[in-house]
Amino acid sequence: MRRIHYNDIADKISDICIEANYSLSGDVIAAYEKALEMEKSPLGQEVLRQIMENSQIAGKEGMPLCQDTGLAVFFVELGQDVSIAGGLLSDAINEGVRQGYSKGYLRKSVVEEPIFGRRNTTDNTPAIIHTEIVPGDKIKVTLDVAGGGCENMAALKMFRPADGIEGVRQFVIETVRNAGANPCPPVVVGVGIGGDFEKAAILAKRALLRPVGQPHPKMEVAAVEEDLLKRINQLGIGPVGLGGNITALAVHIEIHPCHIASLPVAVNLGCHSSRHKSMVV
Amino acid sequence: MKITTPLTDNVITGLKAGDRVEITGVLYTARDVAHKRLVQMIKEGEKLPFDLRGQIIYFVGPTPAKPGMPIGSAGPTTSGRMDPYSPYLIEQGLKGMIGKGGRSKEVVDAMAEHKCIYFAAVGGVAALLSKKIKKAEVIAFEDLGTEAVRRLEVEDFPAIVINDIYGGDLYKEGVARYSSPPSSRIL
Repeated sequence: MRRIHYNDIADKISDICIEANYSLSGDVIAAYEKALEMEKSPLGQEVLRQIMENSQIAGKEGMPLCQDTGLAVFFVELGQDVSIAGGLLSDAINEGVRQGYSKGYLRKSVVEEPIFGRRNTTDNTPAIIHTEIVPGDKIKVTLDVAGGGCENMAALKMFRPADGIEGVRQFVIETVRNAGANPCPPVVVGVGIGGDFEKAAILAKRALLRPVGQPHPKMEVAAVEEDLLKRINQLGIGPVGLGGNITALAVHIEIHPCHIASLPVAVNLGCHSSRHKSMVV
Repeated sequence: MKITTPLTDNVITGLKAGDRVEITGVLYTARDVAHKRLVQMIKEGEKLPFDLRGQIIYFVGPTPAKPGMPIGSAGPTTSGRMDPYSPYLIEQGLKGMIGKGGRSKEVVDAMAEHKCIYFAAVGGVAALLSKKIKKAEVIAFEDLGTEAVRRLEVEDFPAIVINDIYGGDLYKEGVARYSSPPSSRIL
């Protein structure tokens, strides 16, 4: 059994909260460059240039890329040979969020309950934490910065198996069309197919974490991703919705076994500021 | 085109969907909760914390300012969440709104009737936009933190006209221009 201290986890979580909000990974920048080459709308090109300039300013000056520094969503892969000393894993993660969002001058965007009081918790906790037990003696944590604008455009539908790929395709395209300018396109389209109601939603969110444009390892799934990307970019929504032929940077699909009666499909849109970061202890 | 606040009807009648503007002057910030409170105050006949007449509201909840800076990152939030409230403010003389995303028919109709413009700022370029904000001061609802009402002084703040007072809508026009006709779409 390997012992990992609570404080070591909290410190690293704090760091990735700040890093994820200040700078974009190379795959995202490369996707912008490719989008700029392909965008035909002059206004769309100008928007893409502003998006790239924004990432330079944020990185250089150490400031958040977007004012919406998100709800902190974590995917944890917890090695089963790890024991955590000094406290609970979930507490360590929330402590890291508390520290990172304070030290990094990030916005606190969490209310303590959704309907009645809606009072801000003032430290951006609690985080959403999805934990999976895996072999080994390490902990890998990936943060997804989930902004409200794109999260609000997510959708889930339970299809009949008879609806098949055509049903899935129309649903994904309609979800992007209905979202319009709201989710800050060009978006990454995360699609979860299979599992059950909640599994499909988690898959769709998880799909956003894949390096932008990296195809699914299964050829038939990758072909659907490519086809959907073409169709979505024919919608004309364009960068930040002002019209153009780059509405999505990529479509990422994740699939999972499901019930004989079911075909759950979830779509989660990630804004152009695709912010996520991993750490391993 | 450079424009200054407060917005006059003369300026508003000259603006068309798709016009790019640089705004210098004062913007007031407000998001959902601040809107809810302002509308409540209007309904109860209370005096508002600032005079809406001729003003522009920017839908934004900035990140905290680092020491020595007037404000943190400050890009637009989704405007649709303010749709239930905006017509009340427009009736009181609000002349402009800055946000992102489409507006409801009720808001667009109120804008045409009372001469008000809906602008978009580019969503997600909040570090870049913060450079145009020279001063920021909380003037109401301090308990709301990032959602408090702030008075911003801006210089050459870039925005684009989405809805003018003549029925023009850049989101609709832009999408129509660049969407593939159904006949040429891959099926």
